[in-house]
Amino acid sequence: MKPLLSVRNLSTRFDTFDGSVYAVNDVSFDLKAGETLAVVGESGSGKSVTMLSLLGLLPRSTWVTGSAIFAPEGFELDLLSVSKAELNSLRGNKISIIFQDALRSLNPVMTVGEQITESLITHHQYNKNGAHKRAVELLEMVGIAQPDKRYYAYPHMFSGGMRQRAMIAIAISCTPDILIADEPTTALDVTIQAQIVELTRRLQQDLGIAVIWITHDLGVVAGLADRVMVMYGGTGVEIAPVDLLYENPGHPYTAGLLGAIPSIAGSSADRLVSIEGAPPDLFQEPRHCQFAWRCRYVFDRCWKEKPPGYIISPGQVVKCFYDGREKTPRVEE
Amino acid sequence: MEKLLRVENISKYFDLKSGLFKFGGAQVVRAVDNVSFELYKNQTLGLVGESGCGKSTLGRVILRLQEPTSGTVYFEDTNLSLLKPEELRRFRIKMQIVFQDSYSSLNPRHSIGEIIAEPMTIHTRMTQHEIRARTYELLNLVGLKPSHASRFPHEFSGGQRQRINIARTLALYPSFVICDEPISALDVSIQAQVVNLLRDLQKELGITFLFIAHDLSMVKYISDRIAVMYLGKIMELAGSDLLFANPLHPYTQSLISAIPIPSPQEERMRKAVVLEGEVPSPVNPPAGCVFHTRCPVADDLCSSSEPDYSEHNPGHFVACHYAAVRRVE
Repeated sequence: MKPLLSVRNLSTRFDTFDGSVYAVNDVSFDLKAGETLAVVGESGSGKSVTMLSLLGLLPRSTWVTGSAIFAPEGFELDLLSVSKAELNSLRGNKISIIFQDALRSLNPVMTVGEQITESLITHHQYNKNGAHKRAVELLEMVGIAQPDKRYYAYPHMFSGGMRQRAMIAIAISCTPDILIADEPTTALDVTIQAQIVELTRRLQQDLGIAVIWITHDLGVVAGLADRVMVMYGGTGVEIAPVDLLYENPGHPYTAGLLGAIPSIAGSSADRLVSIEGAPPDLFQEPRHCQFAWRCRYVFDRCWKEKPPGYIISPGQVVKCFYDGREKTPRVEE
Repeated sequence: MEKLLRVENISKYFDLKSGLFKFGGAQVVRAVDNVSFELYKNQTLGLVGESGCGKSTLGRVILRLQEPTSGTVYFEDTNLSLLKPEELRRFRIKMQIVFQDSYSSLNPRHSIGEIIAEPMTIHTRMTQHEIRARTYELLNLVGLKPSHASRFPHEFSGGQRQRINIARTLALYPSFVICDEPISALDVSIQAQVVNLLRDLQKELGITFLFIAHDLSMVKYISDRIAVMYLGKIMELAGSDLLFANPLHPYTQSLISAIPIPSPQEERMRKAVVLEGEVPSPVNPPAGCVFHTRCPVADDLCSSSEPDYSEHNPGHFVACHYAAVRRVE
């Protein structure tokens, strides 16, 4: 089956006053219809920029190369080379995105209801009454009590969790093929985070949307994702089905991240495993493995060339030279 | 065990009746409501709760950065609330605080050396030479290099800036440090670095920590005991391992249940308790037990009478009518 979205060799570079920032380097991944792909990485690893590049939401001074074939039923196009008008008809309609900061993503002087009807009227030929009815339905779907009254509420009258619910209502209003969730629960309390994760899971099952869930928390990912892409220094260093990734992490960075999660089963006297050092400086064009500075298995080859993707088990692709991986077949480019 | 700090029935209310809209009933935010606990020397007490539960206010009130509405804080048998400003200033040398936002707590126009030296210039009569030597010593202690002293805060990453903040708080050999969400803004791998650093410093220097956080799982690895706060009150307080092994309060039980398990199989198998609703406003907190509006096992008793905060087992304090009787499943 053809993947819904197929990204190949995506690279994004910002030209700034201080020089070029190589934010995303050679990222490739597939997204199948209806699945959840988690993108995990620390701040500055390029996970958000990857998604913004796909949606054409970056400023003009940005260089984006590569391809991203979006192929829902009926048509096929490359997100990175379509015209602005085409992109506009896709965004919010076929592909939508929710951000970490729900308050800043909502218009403070429009009621929540109006903001939901906006995309319905733009993308589908809803009239005002129809859109209103649908918006109230959507508010109910995302679990907001008294939806007919809350339709007229402004974003500041909502709590953090409710704002994120409203954002989700806007995002799913046109039943998109892909929902990109960019750290939607990072700013929320643990009990509210659990509510939002539960809601997303339910909506995905009901509507069959493919979800790309961006997060820095490998703990949340375990119960949510089908597959995981781990990003470091702008590169996807490992992609694997979720079970394989946790059982048998292929990249030293993935292993380090898993070790740094405090386990609730452990004793309080245990020492946390940390990855020494800090993330790489993205001002230099990567010519070798970006993780080499912090890697405990580093050897001379890691400093000489960029590791290609190696398939180490079915569906698990790792960009790392360690462990004699040259013998295994390379990923087709 | 020797007590360093004793907090007795401390409350902090904020009056909302000032300003333009003075009419209407008395509006009082009960940020901290009748909280008591003890802190033992050379130990860490973790203080956990959701945003708005009053944990940061409690930290500030203990240091008298804000005056409590009622209650007393004893620091090594000295009643802090009776101290005159000049006496308090001398006590502040022993009590320090590290804030969450590592960047805004460092002066962007001062070099790291100047920032770390400032407490010594203000509070001691050390010579320039001694101060410089101590600054380098502190930088080494927190895992930075002496050569960093001439650099400025913006040149450092979040984790490094938090190390600088820690170095500054240690300059005057404090015996008590409050860490107010010091790792919340950091990446996972860096969080572990800072937690390990704080643990090493405690062992080496014998400091007592009050560690404020909203993340129960990380707190476990630094605390000897953990206090769980909800709407200005302590719901449960126990030794770290005990609290995780046998949580008595429904709120603690659901908080622990909300921690994701980093294992896909286990995560699919278990049924996590998802608390309904949100934290009520501290302006008009619910009558009876403050948690009853969200509690899955509450009944009429909980909404009418407030449970006592009492010692259920030795060293295990809890405020719930049905502690250990009813469990959240």
